[in-house]
Amino acid sequence: MIPAAFDYKRAGSAEEAISLVGEYGEDAKFLAGGHSLLPLMKLRLAQPAVLIDIGRLSDLSYIRDAGDHIAIGALTRHMDIEQSPLLGQHVPLLAHAASHVGDPQVRHRGTIGGSIAHADPASDLPATTLALGATYIVQGPTGTREIPAAEFYLGFLESALAADEIVTEIRVPKMNGAGWNFQKFNRRAQDWAIVGVAAWRRGNESGIGLVNMGSTPILAVSVSAAIASGAAIDDAAKLAATDAEPQADLNASIEYRTHLAQVLVRRALTAAS
Amino acid sequence: MSITEERRAAVIGTPMLRREDPALLTGEAKFTNDIPIPGALYLGVLRSPYAHAKILSVDVSAAMAFPGVVAAYGGADLTALWAAPMPCAWPVTADMKNPPHYPVAVDKACYAGDAVAVVLANDDRVAHDALELIDVRYEALPAVIDLEEALSDRVVIHAGAGTNKAYTWDLKCESHEGAVDEAFAAATHHVKERYIQQRLLPMFMEPRACAAVPQPFGGDMTLYSSTQIPHILKVMTALTLGIPEQQMRVVAPAVGGGFGGKLNVYAEELLCVALSRKLGVPVRWNEERAENAMSTIHGRGQIQDIELAADADGKLTAVRVRLIADMGAYLQLVTPGVPLLGAFLYAGVYDLPVAYDFSCTSVFTTMTPTDAYRGAGRPEATYAIERAMDSLAAKLGIDPLELRKRNFIRKDQYPYTAFSGLTYDSGDHLAAAEKAAELVGYEALRAQQATQNVDAGTKRLGIGVSSYFEMCGLAPSRVLASLNYSAGGWEAATVRILATNKIQVVTGATPHGQGHVTSWSMIVADKLGVAPEDVDVLHSDTAISPLGLDTYGSRSLVVGGVAIAMACDRVIDKARKIAAHQLEAAPEDLDFIDGTFSVKGSPDRATPLAAIAFAAFTAHDLPEGVEPNLEAHVTYDPPNFSWPFGTHICVVEVDTETGHVDILKYVAVDDCGVQINPMIVDGQVHGGVVQGLAQALYEVASYDENGNLRNGSLAEYLVPAASDVPSVTTGHTVTPSPTNLLGVKGIGEAGTIGAAPAVINAVVDALSGLGVTDMMMPASPMTVWNTIKAAQAGSTTGGK
Repeated sequence: MIPAAFDYKRAGSAEEAISLVGEYGEDAKFLAGGHSLLPLMKLRLAQPAVLIDIGRLSDLSYIRDAGDHIAIGALTRHMDIEQSPLLGQHVPLLAHAASHVGDPQVRHRGTIGGSIAHADPASDLPATTLALGATYIVQGPTGTREIPAAEFYLGFLESALAADEIVTEIRVPKMNGAGWNFQKFNRRAQDWAIVGVAAWRRGNESGIGLVNMGSTPILAVSVSAAIASGAAIDDAAKLAATDAEPQADLNASIEYRTHLAQVLVRRALTAAS
Repeated sequence: MSITEERRAAVIGTPMLRREDPALLTGEAKFTNDIPIPGALYLGVLRSPYAHAKILSVDVSAAMAFPGVVAAYGGADLTALWAAPMPCAWPVTADMKNPPHYPVAVDKACYAGDAVAVVLANDDRVAHDALELIDVRYEALPAVIDLEEALSDRVVIHAGAGTNKAYTWDLKCESHEGAVDEAFAAATHHVKERYIQQRLLPMFMEPRACAAVPQPFGGDMTLYSSTQIPHILKVMTALTLGIPEQQMRVVAPAVGGGFGGKLNVYAEELLCVALSRKLGVPVRWNEERAENAMSTIHGRGQIQDIELAADADGKLTAVRVRLIADMGAYLQLVTPGVPLLGAFLYAGVYDLPVAYDFSCTSVFTTMTPTDAYRGAGRPEATYAIERAMDSLAAKLGIDPLELRKRNFIRKDQYPYTAFSGLTYDSGDHLAAAEKAAELVGYEALRAQQATQNVDAGTKRLGIGVSSYFEMCGLAPSRVLASLNYSAGGWEAATVRILATNKIQVVTGATPHGQGHVTSWSMIVADKLGVAPEDVDVLHSDTAISPLGLDTYGSRSLVVGGVAIAMACDRVIDKARKIAAHQLEAAPEDLDFIDGTFSVKGSPDRATPLAAIAFAAFTAHDLPEGVEPNLEAHVTYDPPNFSWPFGTHICVVEVDTETGHVDILKYVAVDDCGVQINPMIVDGQVHGGVVQGLAQALYEVASYDENGNLRNGSLAEYLVPAASDVPSVTTGHTVTPSPTNLLGVKGIGEAGTIGAAPAVINAVVDALSGLGVTDMMMPASPMTVWNTIKAAQAGSTTGGK
């Protein structure tokens, strides 16, 4: 539980953070809320030589109405997302999903940008923003670029983010009254989901994000296609794992995980319809 | 006697807030790792990554060269430090195999986590960095993790023992030879079940820590340790390291939980003392959480085969039990004795003829050693009999509660001589069961169940009953002798009234979360008529309380608390003589009420205890033959175990689509005799129930086929948190124990003992309509789902 020795640099701005990572290269890691990175360091599974602390970039902590979408600063804590009236009105699925992340301590420290950059398929917010068709704004040494959530997640803990880029903003389309539901199936309240489902539906349109059903967050496009073509929910839900690649672990075999996804997608769509 | 009763109403039985809590809740309590020890070296322990491997070589040279490292050793470098192997205090049979076990392995590592090398550094971080530089070459050997496979001896772990079997221990009780076989032959109903008690991790919140501090001259040594057993540890450290016992002092500072996991003599404690002596400087060690999962003892680990014979009415006529118990790689302090603590309880709270056949075979495996864990043997036994009773009820087609009522030992049979010859002190099982049924609304729930559990229903209601016995208050020394336990079961207490009428209590009980200071001061306040806050309790330091046998097995109140009450009575007797002298009356003519002596019938002729205390201190005018000061010492050896009991009822709803179990209601009616502090009793029941339902639904130490623990962190080892557990409704009946002065029985383990079978009985009850007859622990959602699926497949093919 004692991490290997490391240097610590605190960035005063996004530009400084990017310049610091340019200086230290692959030996450096960004530290935001620290709730994914620090446990790995304590187990010595991660041994970065330098931590670049971006946790105090308070200008990256905001939730703003940007017309057709809500813009969320990457350093916004889960608790602020959970309690945001703006999100509650326009993107209630995201606010609700944030209330299921970890426990209150985690939600007061962890950030949405950190969660997305970590790209953990078992985390709630990557799959939820994926379901909502979010776009991530990332900043690097040459400026900013936009990456659609659907193109962001490349593999286990692997994303389209370059080593010298940071996520600065998450843009989430307003849900405009769509029905929604979030299912998180786990054994203890504070655990990662064994399987989670973030779903919204407006008539034949829907978006369904799956948590912990593969090496990346999964968009259940086959289910949405079935709904779009008028399939009944029970039938559409049977396709829940079609786009997934579930893995086995101590809590779930592949068969059980597949079954859970079907049950939970059915329940989520029923509640959202 | 009537006098004590009056006080008892005033202090004993009141829900007083715990005196310990302000320091604990504000973080001011000092745990072992909080104690500053200038100049201490930090011990780091390198552990085998293999479950079973020859150690070919250990090269510490790179670690030695690391800045800040003072010393580094492999096991072979340390053999001269050990006067004896690590202790096992319970050689249950004369032919028990006890392979030598040293703090650092020399030739062979026998479990993943076995220590193979150590470093000493001037900083904890440096010690951990340096561990990565030690080069150990291993030759991997096959892991042995299956108990029945271990018994085959295809891979023998300890060559010197020649077998993996540690011992076989039998308890056969028959009215005449062949009585058990006859009963089974004549039985109308016969139940034969196999249950698995999975391994559990104690997972106390404060990992272990210890620090050895040598005196500069003369050889005196102080060991601070996060332990439940400073007194036993002192004796064992002296014996194992060849230190004269009077030079060893052991202190247990604030201890953050133990549950039996700190009822041991551990390698790191011996290493700190031995290396501190060798180098002449303090040596300390702090356990990491991941280390804790591998190197602190595990609990449970049994295969239980149980058979019940019953007549046409469901009355039990015989019980047969065959256990295989997992010892792990070595025998720790009381490892082999744990199954024996349950051996007498496989007939539960039921009236059984003398027809009982128990046998336990214990076996070595290449996993972390097991040992006592909350309940130690008794939760296992209770689980087996209470699950089997439900199977019997199903066979008879009667309600499980009704079957229990038919079999309970009746109140009028107490004191009850059991099949084993043991005497159960007191009990009213029917009253506890009826109270539990009333609190939970049993009849209404059964009616609801009948309408809810229809074929198409996916939310099924289940009701589980568990009536338990706890054999605790360890223990009468002569009974321990008959079980080959190497120590006694007494406890020591001193009560001292200071000159200003403040009280010092010295106890050999060693609290680590139980609230002893509160309870002991309540007993003393009740006895002496002082305020609880005027009582100081000294404990957990062998220099201050040299005599004691520590805290485990729900023994502290029943043995240590009773010793304190007895010491109070002796002090009162002495004070009475002095008061009589002052009041010019005969001692037997004095009343002692609320801290004042008065002459019977003349309440104005009175003197307060405070005046007597001061008179005893000045010694200016004491009666002939009475020594100065008011102090009494008692060493109490209980005449019997105590026998708490109760009934727990758990109500669950099982989601058959996901396998999720939701506990809707949990009622625990416990009878621990007289309650000193009902709030502490409730707290013990709440914690115990959670630990029991954790075994039922959440926890298992999961090993892969190579003998690696797969879930050694709190992220993966699922200790339930507050948000995951139900609100527990506690109810109590009070049946005082007739065998001790306070009428108390103990409550530390009761919740754990009652809970697991109540929960699993409820889950199986919920699913009985789907053909489910048993459920493996923990009943994780996947396990429940798989079990339903298998039962359904069985029923469609008619194969069940």
